[in-house]
Amino acid sequence: MSAAGQTAITGIGQTAYTKESGRTVMSLCAEASAQAIADAGLEPGDIDGLVSFTMDTNSDHDLQTALGLPMVRYTAKAPFGGEGAYATFQLAAAAIESGQANNVLIFRAFNERSESRFGQPSYNAGSMRGFHKSLGLVTPGQVYALWHKPFLDARGMTNEDLGLLVVQMRAWAANNPAAWFYGRPITLEDHQRSRWIVEPVLRLYDFCQETDGGVAFVVSRLDKARASGRPVVRVLGVQQCWPLGETMMYNYYKQDLVFPEDTVRVAEALWEQTGLSPAEIDVSTIYDNFSSSIPISYEGYGLCGRGEVGDAIRAGELGPGGSTPVNTNGGLIGEAYLHGLNNAAECVRQMRGTSPNQIAEAKIALCAGRQCGMVLARE
Amino acid sequence: MQAKRDQDFFWEGIDRGELLAQKCDACATLRHPPAARCAACGSDEWSAVPLSGEGRILAFIDSVHPSRRDENSRCVCLVDLPEGLRMVSSLIDPENAVNGAAVRFEIADYDGQMLPLIRTVEAGQ
Ligand SMILES: [Zn+2]
Repeated sequence: MSAAGQTAITGIGQTAYTKESGRTVMSLCAEASAQAIADAGLEPGDIDGLVSFTMDTNSDHDLQTALGLPMVRYTAKAPFGGEGAYATFQLAAAAIESGQANNVLIFRAFNERSESRFGQPSYNAGSMRGFHKSLGLVTPGQVYALWHKPFLDARGMTNEDLGLLVVQMRAWAANNPAAWFYGRPITLEDHQRSRWIVEPVLRLYDFCQETDGGVAFVVSRLDKARASGRPVVRVLGVQQCWPLGETMMYNYYKQDLVFPEDTVRVAEALWEQTGLSPAEIDVSTIYDNFSSSIPISYEGYGLCGRGEVGDAIRAGELGPGGSTPVNTNGGLIGEAYLHGLNNAAECVRQMRGTSPNQIAEAKIALCAGRQCGMVLARE
Repeated sequence: MQAKRDQDFFWEGIDRGELLAQKCDACATLRHPPAARCAACGSDEWSAVPLSGEGRILAFIDSVHPSRRDENSRCVCLVDLPEGLRMVSSLIDPENAVNGAAVRFEIADYDGQMLPLIRTVEAGQ
């Protein structure tokens, strides 16, 4: 177990979130990054580490050149994509706490909507036979819906329950000017009228918003951040867990598909690392590539008791006025799909007191992914 | 010569009309999807063994190919096998899809490829 807690997120930056940026991915990446560096009150010469995840296509060298970073001494990539997005903060903390870097830039940018959509079919007639695509799982929506269905069945949840959840996410988004669905709240009836994409699990409004854009963070030494006189958001804990048997995407082969072992183990490790409990979390973001991802993580992180997530959703506990506010930016469903990192930016805003949906007196934020999670604290 | 992929035996079996899985030569653990080594004991010696071809539907979804929306959808299922394995398949008779339904594998052509599909088995059959 790492002795984390000695780093702070000192800067955040994000481009506009659009459906067609008309720009190169690197220009988006550099814009978000430059914004994060300026937000931290730093200069390019202060950045000595670069971290992203393996699905990001921006080269460290090209970004260094675009930003004019005089010397990079540390680079790392967290595995895969969004569900492990917050592992980047663990890699940054590992570098800083071991003295290998002072200020690490975390970045993610893509033209995910206009150039390389994840939601497009990855299989067509004549492709090589395999165990999933050949049998009809050709889009992420189908892949995840089949994996999440046993959990939803076990909890007695239907697409209407997911609709009640999406209504809450969209209520947050409606009040966030950066959100794709700014000013566009929906009712349960609107949700239930949106067309089936993967019946009987996911309708159109259950999907995240494929987006062009970039987001970036600066992670710094806690002592330096405190001495700067600027807002300090401390990384109290950050963990990743990959239990044997849990699989990316096609997570079908462990015996018990209802118990989210990876998420539960991340949560346990976070509480051990921070000395906190779920009851002390003031505000959360949960990785929501699909609406059906939220209930599993909400329960997995212990934001309700086991088996109680359906009741929490039906009581409106995740939306405005609820007891466990989740995705106050609107999440990936309501704000934008920046592969999970825009949810981390919202956690930082909540700890700074600058969210458009600010939770009063919020001092502890949980940034929850499936195989990784992070706890932030306001100082 | 290109090395065989770990899953080639499965598709060679399908082309002969057989549904196969890897069985560890050292500890007899079955595995699917195919893997290079046995996670239970570490052995990389294995044999392909035939499965019973029986199973039960654990969950299912309706899958529409997004760029071929006018074609029939497919009912994609998670299937629990009596051997303790789980497979993804698609149901030939989707009107009978229900969780817990007994199914039998049927190797059949779909879109020009031989695939391990499933069909529900009526009670008592
Ligand atoms: Zn073995």
